[in-house]
Amino acid sequence: MTATIPPTRALSAGNGTPVAGGQAPARRRPDAGPWHAWKRRLPLMPALAYMIVVTQVPFLVTLWYSLRSWNLLVPGSNRFAGLAEYRAAFDDPAFRSAALNTLKITASAVVLAMLLGVALALLLNRKFLGRGVVRTMLITPFLLMPVATDLLFKTTIYDSNFGFLDWVLRPLGVGQVNWLGTHAVGSLVVVLVWEWAPFMMLIVLAGLQGEDLEALEAARVDGANAVKTFTYITLPHIRRYIELGVLLGSIYIVQTFGDIYVLTAGGPGTATTNLPYYLYEQVFNNFTVGVGAAAGVIVVILTEVVATFALRLFSGLLEASAGAV
Amino acid sequence: MAVTTVGPPPGRTRWARWAHRKWDLRAGFWTGLTWVVALVLFFPVLWMVLTSFKTEHTAYTYPPRFVFSPTLYQYGQVFNGVQNFVHPLEHSIFVTLVSTGLVLLLAVPAAYSLAIRPVKRSKDVLFFFLTTKMLPYVAAIVPIYVVAKDLGLLDNDWTLVVLYTAMNLPVAVWMVRSFLVEVPRGLLEAARIDGASTWTEVTRVVLPMIMPGLAATALICGIFAWNEFFFAQSLTATNGPTMSVFLVSSIQTEGLYWAQLSAAATVASLPVVLAGWIAQKQLVRGLSLGALK
Repeated sequence: MTATIPPTRALSAGNGTPVAGGQAPARRRPDAGPWHAWKRRLPLMPALAYMIVVTQVPFLVTLWYSLRSWNLLVPGSNRFAGLAEYRAAFDDPAFRSAALNTLKITASAVVLAMLLGVALALLLNRKFLGRGVVRTMLITPFLLMPVATDLLFKTTIYDSNFGFLDWVLRPLGVGQVNWLGTHAVGSLVVVLVWEWAPFMMLIVLAGLQGEDLEALEAARVDGANAVKTFTYITLPHIRRYIELGVLLGSIYIVQTFGDIYVLTAGGPGTATTNLPYYLYEQVFNNFTVGVGAAAGVIVVILTEVVATFALRLFSGLLEASAGAV
Repeated sequence: MAVTTVGPPPGRTRWARWAHRKWDLRAGFWTGLTWVVALVLFFPVLWMVLTSFKTEHTAYTYPPRFVFSPTLYQYGQVFNGVQNFVHPLEHSIFVTLVSTGLVLLLAVPAAYSLAIRPVKRSKDVLFFFLTTKMLPYVAAIVPIYVVAKDLGLLDNDWTLVVLYTAMNLPVAVWMVRSFLVEVPRGLLEAARIDGASTWTEVTRVVLPMIMPGLAATALICGIFAWNEFFFAQSLTATNGPTMSVFLVSSIQTEGLYWAQLSAAATVASLPVVLAGWIAQKQLVRGLSLGALK
């Protein structure tokens, strides 16, 4: 009997569930056949093709451009240059400082946003009066148009004479500080943290709400104090969510462009120029395609290091969730 | 920290009553603290809205004014002023709506073949979508800019539509898939036994069930498209700006008009803030690409 199974199994393999061997004698399933496998795959094809064309092809072209020396304003300058543009990028002190700034800005923004996010999530993870309103207020910074946020911070908050921060701090003896000029990185990170803490909060909150209440109650009955309960029960439980937030946050914040463009324009000097901003200036102000492309490739390599860990985490979450593929 | 939701049961002894009152006090403390923190973090948003109802004269004062007679003048300027936001608003609305529609059109069939009776190597395909989301935009901008320039597609809404669709498609595929796997299998089996075709199964059973999920997906893709700045700045800065680009350029050329800036920023942010408030239960699913509920 089993001898009649293999062709059917081979043909229906498309649905991922092998036909149970040794069952009904070789009754051809209506959904078997190579045409059917294609028909099933068909709905996927437009999306897949679209993503390959729009995301993968430009990246390959970027790789190609990065091997060429090309200034958009100089006709005939487009020629093969090997790794010269990478060398030019690495020899450029502005590039090296941009790479360093990217790490500095991303790491501090992600860590601080996560710390604030965990604190907010803990505060929200209780029943209290107006919880829905508080939650709504707290997610709003993430929803505001980021460049609008930047413009508002730059003017109404950070202004050295009429800014709100100046008014709050003047009684403390700190007044008329040119925040974006003298504390550029700090001021930028504050805005990034304000924008991203709600993101972290929501992810950690999703973790907290899946927490085992019985374990917490048991710990309380056993006389564990809040700090111990948090360290030994809550923290291990939300660790995976914190990791997910940190990885996703890093992937997004590494790309920060608008905030820098509006708040500091990369300055003073190159103090807040990160790699995306450096690349933008190379291409749109200096018109050097080759160096810009080389910088782009380096950003990708940096991001992919983080992304590898992120993908591993996603894989775990996917298997843990009900919708395991 | 009192982070648990369970309080001690009200006891009968005096000691237990005392303990209960102490717990009440502590809960009250944390509630108060939560409110204070939330108000402090929300304050910049509130300040933006307040400033938008001021005249430039009252906006630019020391100390800042909390009490003033509100005016709608700035909103009038945003819609009817010399440098009004009407055209950028139209660009933003067009790009956001069309790209979101296109995303759903591509994502729903794809998610269907990845979630319900998944095709071979579904997991690889899902992870391919995810990796495209992790590819930084800057990696693609150089060739996109060069091609758009050569084809005369700068300052063209459709260029942004194509890019925003690619930007949101992975999010939508993962999100819609996460809603589809929650459709009870028994229901699909029943429909099939009743002789429903795939088309009937999708339109009569699956789609109605995931409608709320689709709405949430659309809202989240809309938020990302509406707020996008990098592509818009690189590709439409000269002559067909979206809201985000126009906001930045008009403020930089006009100087310090705080009240008008606040009104413009409020108008620019309002659609997305409302969308986010409505979709807030699903926000985390979108932000984690369907991994968390």
